[in-house]
Amino acid sequence: MKRWFQSKSINTPSPVGAVLSYLVLGFWAFIILFPLYWLVVTSFKISSQVAEGPFYIPFVDFKPSLDAWKYVLVGDLSNDTIRNFSNTVIVAPTSALIALVLGATAAYALVRFEYRPRVGAIWTFIGCVALSVVTISLGMSWQVALAISAAVFFIILQTIGRRFKRALGNNDIAFWMISQRMLPPVAVVIPIYLLFQQLHLLDTYAALIITYVTSNLPIVIWLMRDYISNIPIELEECASIDGASRYRIFWSIVLPLAVPGLVATFLFVLVFTWNEYLLALFLSSAKVQTLPLTIVAQNATRGPQWWNMSALILIMIVPVIVIAIVLERYITRGLLIGAVKG
Amino acid sequence: MKTKPKEQQTPSRLRSVISSFTDQLAASVFILPTVLALLFLSIFPLITSLYVSLIKFDIAPGGYKLNFVGLSNYKKLFVDSEGTHFLGKFAPSTPLTWIVFGVVIIALAIFMARYLLNARVSLGGLMGRILLTVGLGLLSWMLIHTLWNEGRLGTASVTLVYVFVGIFFQYILGLGLAMLTVQNLPGRRFFRVIFLLPMMITPVGVAYMFRMLTDTSKGPFTPLWQAMGLGDFSWVNNAWGARTAILIGDVWQWTPFMFIVLVAALESQPVEPIEAATVDGANSWQIFQHITWPAILPVSMTLILIRLIEAFKIVDLPNVMTNGGPGTATQSLTYHAFINWRALNIGGSAAVAYMLLFLVTFFAMIFVNLIRQRTVEAL
Repeated sequence: MKRWFQSKSINTPSPVGAVLSYLVLGFWAFIILFPLYWLVVTSFKISSQVAEGPFYIPFVDFKPSLDAWKYVLVGDLSNDTIRNFSNTVIVAPTSALIALVLGATAAYALVRFEYRPRVGAIWTFIGCVALSVVTISLGMSWQVALAISAAVFFIILQTIGRRFKRALGNNDIAFWMISQRMLPPVAVVIPIYLLFQQLHLLDTYAALIITYVTSNLPIVIWLMRDYISNIPIELEECASIDGASRYRIFWSIVLPLAVPGLVATFLFVLVFTWNEYLLALFLSSAKVQTLPLTIVAQNATRGPQWWNMSALILIMIVPVIVIAIVLERYITRGLLIGAVKG
Repeated sequence: MKTKPKEQQTPSRLRSVISSFTDQLAASVFILPTVLALLFLSIFPLITSLYVSLIKFDIAPGGYKLNFVGLSNYKKLFVDSEGTHFLGKFAPSTPLTWIVFGVVIIALAIFMARYLLNARVSLGGLMGRILLTVGLGLLSWMLIHTLWNEGRLGTASVTLVYVFVGIFFQYILGLGLAMLTVQNLPGRRFFRVIFLLPMMITPVGVAYMFRMLTDTSKGPFTPLWQAMGLGDFSWVNNAWGARTAILIGDVWQWTPFMFIVLVAALESQPVEPIEAATVDGANSWQIFQHITWPAILPVSMTLILIRLIEAFKIVDLPNVMTNGGPGTATQSLTYHAFINWRALNIGGSAAVAYMLLFLVTFFAMIFVNLIRQRTVEAL
C-alpha cells in the first residue's frame, strides 16, 4: 500500500501524486480550452443561433454554417482582413526584431559597463527641455527652439559640467527605462499622434514600428539583462586577451550564447506587438491598420457580430500558436539560463 | 578588391590605436541608441500630457480653443462628483473603521521607528520612508472608508483591487501549475503549450470572449445559472460580481506569463541540494521552503514588478465586458481617463493619467527599493 505514496525519484511523483497532478492539470486545461472551444463553436453559428440561447455541440445542437468564415475570408470583409493581416505580419515581427537588437545591446551594456550619469547633467537636460517648451509656447518654431536648447545643453555640459560630482548607477538607468511603460497608453496616444503628424508619418509602417519598438524596449532590456548576466564573464575576458574588440565579443560570443533568451524574449515582444490595439487605432487610418482593429470594428451598430469576431480572433491566434509551438523548447531553455540570477 | 590590400598595409600600431579608441566608445555606442529612442518617444508625450492636464479643451466656433486653467483639473478630482468618481464615496467613520485605521497607523509607526533606531539613517532613505508612510496612510484611510457600509469604491481603489488581487491569484496559480508541470510526467509539454494560449490572444479579443462567456441568458453557463435560481440575474448588476468577472478574465489571460517564466526558473534549479535534503529526511514542504523558494524569489520579483506596471493599465476588460458599470463600479483609472477623453474633457483625462502615473511610481518605488532589495539581499 505504501508504494502508492512513494515517489521513485525526486522529480517523479508517487502514483497517487501523479493522479492528483493530472486532475489539476486537466482541470486547468479545461478552463483554458473551454473559452477557446466556445470561440470556435461561435464562429460556425449564424446570428439567430447566438440569439436564441446557448448551443454547445455542432450538428447535435445546431447546424453549423460557414457564413462567418466566408464573410471574413472571401466575402465583404475579405479585403480588410487580408490587408490588415498582412500589415500585422509586416509590423509585428519587424518591430519585435528591432526591439530585440537594440534592447539586447543595451542590456549587455547595462550588465558589463558601469555608467555614472551625473545628477547635475540630468538636471541640465531637464532644464533645457523646459527651455525649449517655453520658447516653443512663446511662438518660436520648434526646429529653432530645439537647436538652441541642444546648444545650451552642450555648452553647459562642456564648461561647468565637469564639476558635477553626484552620479547615479546602472540600476537607476534600468529603473528609468522600465518606468517608461508606466504612463497609460490613453495619455501617451495624443502626444504621439501629434508628433507623427508633425513628422508627416501618420498611417505609415514607420510610425507603428517606431512606437512599438520604443514601447517594448524596456521589457526586452529587463528580460535580457537577466540572461546576459548569467553568461560567464571568463569567456569574454579570454576573448579580450586574444585581441577581440568589444563589438566582436558581443557579436560572436555573447549573442550566440544568449540565443535561447533572445528567442524567448522575441516571442513575448512579438505577442505584445501582434496584439496591440490602442496605438494602432490612432496611428493608422486606412493603409496600415492591423488586425485587432478589424476585430473591434465587428462591434457594429447592430451590436457585436460575435460570429465574425470569433472567426477573426481565431485567425489571429493561429500564427502565434504555431510560432509558440516551434519555439516552446527554446522558451523554457532560454528562460532557464536567465532565471538563475533574476 | 581595392580596399583589401590597403587594409593589410595599415601599420599595426595605428590599428591598435584605432581599436582601443573605438573600444572606449563601446560603452556609449551600445546604450545610446536605446536611450535616444526612449527619450525621443517618452519625454515629448510626458511633457505634452503634463501640459494638456493643465488646460481645458473647448469646442469653439470654427475649431477649438485651449484655455490654461492651472491645477483645476487636478483639484476637480478631489471634490464633488468627480471626487466621488475618482476617490470613492466616503462612509462616515465608525468605531470599527477607527480601529482598523489605528492598526494601520501603529504598523506604519513601528516601521518608521525601526528605521530611525537603526544606526544607518540617510537623508534619502528618510525622505523615502516618510513619503511611503504618508502615502500608505492616506491610501488605507481611503480604502477603509470606501470599502464597507455606505462607502463606494472610486476608480483609484478599484484599480488597486484589480492590481493586487489579480497579481496575487496570477502568481499563486502560475507557481502551482509550474510546480506541477516540472514534475516528470508524460505529456507535460502538451500542458505547457496549452497553458500558454491565453497570452497569445489580443486583449480586446479576450474581453469580447469573456463578455460572451459571462452572458447569463445566452452564454454557455446559462443552464448553471438557471439551476442555481439566478436565471434573471445579471452579475453585471452587482458591483462585486462584475469586478469578479473582470478579475477572472484578467487572471485567465495573465497567469500564463507568470507560469512560463516560473517553469523556467524551477527547471534551472540544481538538483543536488534537493537530493541531499531528501537523504537527510526533509519533507517536501521543507524542501520547498528552504531550497526552491529562495531559488525562484529573484525571478518572481522581476515578474511581479513587470506585471505590477502592466496591471495598472487595465482597460479593455472593463470597457468591453461591463462598460464600467454598474455605475462606475468596475472602472479602472485608465478607463476613467478614457471616458473623460471620449467626452472631449482632454485636460481631465490627462490629469487622471498623471494621478495614475504617481500611483504606479509610488508602488513600483516601494517594490524596488524595499521589498525587492530586501528579499534579494536576504538570500
